[in-house]
Amino acid sequence: MSPRITLITAGRILRQLLNDRRTVALILAVPALIMALISAIMEDSPEMFDRVGLILLGVFPFTIMFLLTSITMQRERTAGTLERLMTTPTAKMDLVGGYAIAFGTCAAAQTGVAAAVAYLWLGLDTAGSAWAVLLIAIATSVFGMALGLLVSAFAATEFQAVQFMPVLIIPQIFLCGLIWPREEMAGWLQGVSDALPLTYAVKALQQVQASSDLTAEMWGDLGIVAGAAVVATVLGAATLRRRTG
Amino acid sequence: MPPDAPAPPAVTVERLVVERGGRTVLRDVSAAVPTGSVTGLLGPSGSGKTTLIRSIVGTQKVKSGTVTVLGEPAGSKRLRSRVAYVTQDASIYPDLSVKSNVAYFASLYGRDRRDAAAAIEAVGMHDHAERLAANLSGGQKTRTSLACALVCDPEVLVLDEPTVGLDPVIREELWAQFHGLASTGRTLLVSSHVMDEADRCDRLLLVREGRFIADDTPAGLRSATGTEDLESAFLHLIRAQDGSR
Repeated sequence: MSPRITLITAGRILRQLLNDRRTVALILAVPALIMALISAIMEDSPEMFDRVGLILLGVFPFTIMFLLTSITMQRERTAGTLERLMTTPTAKMDLVGGYAIAFGTCAAAQTGVAAAVAYLWLGLDTAGSAWAVLLIAIATSVFGMALGLLVSAFAATEFQAVQFMPVLIIPQIFLCGLIWPREEMAGWLQGVSDALPLTYAVKALQQVQASSDLTAEMWGDLGIVAGAAVVATVLGAATLRRRTG
Repeated sequence: MPPDAPAPPAVTVERLVVERGGRTVLRDVSAAVPTGSVTGLLGPSGSGKTTLIRSIVGTQKVKSGTVTVLGEPAGSKRLRSRVAYVTQDASIYPDLSVKSNVAYFASLYGRDRRDAAAAIEAVGMHDHAERLAANLSGGQKTRTSLACALVCDPEVLVLDEPTVGLDPVIREELWAQFHGLASTGRTLLVSSHVMDEADRCDRLLLVREGRFIADDTPAGLRSATGTEDLESAFLHLIRAQDGSR
């Protein structure tokens, strides 16, 4: 693995994204607009918006980076560019690292815009710092990226890649505490929820909401998300084969 | 080494057997590709040309036998900046410009912008350098893909049907370029399913049903089969092979 090639790869992926202006506009604007919509829906209950809006700041980049990676990587596999890269000095971890840096940057920009709108305009209120929210969102997005990389190995077409979203992403969103408090779920569902990494992203965000300090519990939860991102990245890298049948 | 001693072959294939999807694609084939020459790999579609090429660049799982390139096992790390591969379908990024595509591959090989510009010039794409690859014609995509390989100034250049669908003038130029590279000691292996390209090669490897049926110079092939054109020579060999079964 070479840091130089990893950065070159990240630069190439970002350039591909930047050439697609419409996608860039959608990535940056849509989460902010949905935050505004949620805020309008919950106009009479600002404390509800504080809870839901904050969780959405973590859920958006997670979902979007999953989709972007699963499709871009599926394209690399079918268009022959992956095979070609495997004959160049690019190591598998250069490619995966490049994806993580590119989509992590992308997630930072997306969360930055959505968080700015939420905090400055929609009156989102957390005891802790918005920077901690940004950090958690980036870690969660890298986990989404890694899951996308992993599923791209099991998708023969872009169409199939998108179909993995309801399988891997939506259950995590439903069980993470966004639509229903985890404490009020049946015991076995809480057990499932405990096994899903997105849950810990939400717990970390809730820590930022409740405490003005960066608590040890928040760091612990963030560590679990980061650990899950590393595991998924390694599994995703293992699906990249230099030699195929 | 004394100056008149012949250089060792750039590529040596020994008793190679490859199976794909339960079917034997290459059946115990052996051949050597001489250094500093243009060797044509000719045969009908499905005869095993691409599989052989993938074995040489190290992206094909092989069942048995060995492939040695520049004295190293095919696909080994040290070969990755010395061997370049142009896939059958242009493996370039449609959402990048011609310039960005070539610059990306240039930087992977540690080359700079000037090398990229020279490679684009060499394939006659300088007038289209700023265009997105998605908007190019098939032949232009092929040339861009070729530029992405030429940019590393490889010692061995493996091209899978590079001239399909190209304008005759450009085809002529490319062949002149291939010979120019060979005259500087580079080794080229070019596959084709059209026999009229056979005469442009220094040596020919004829493949049929996963076996080599000839490994000779065009002139040698003509005299051995007593035919005028290479198409008839190929037919002659096929009939001889079928007759001996």
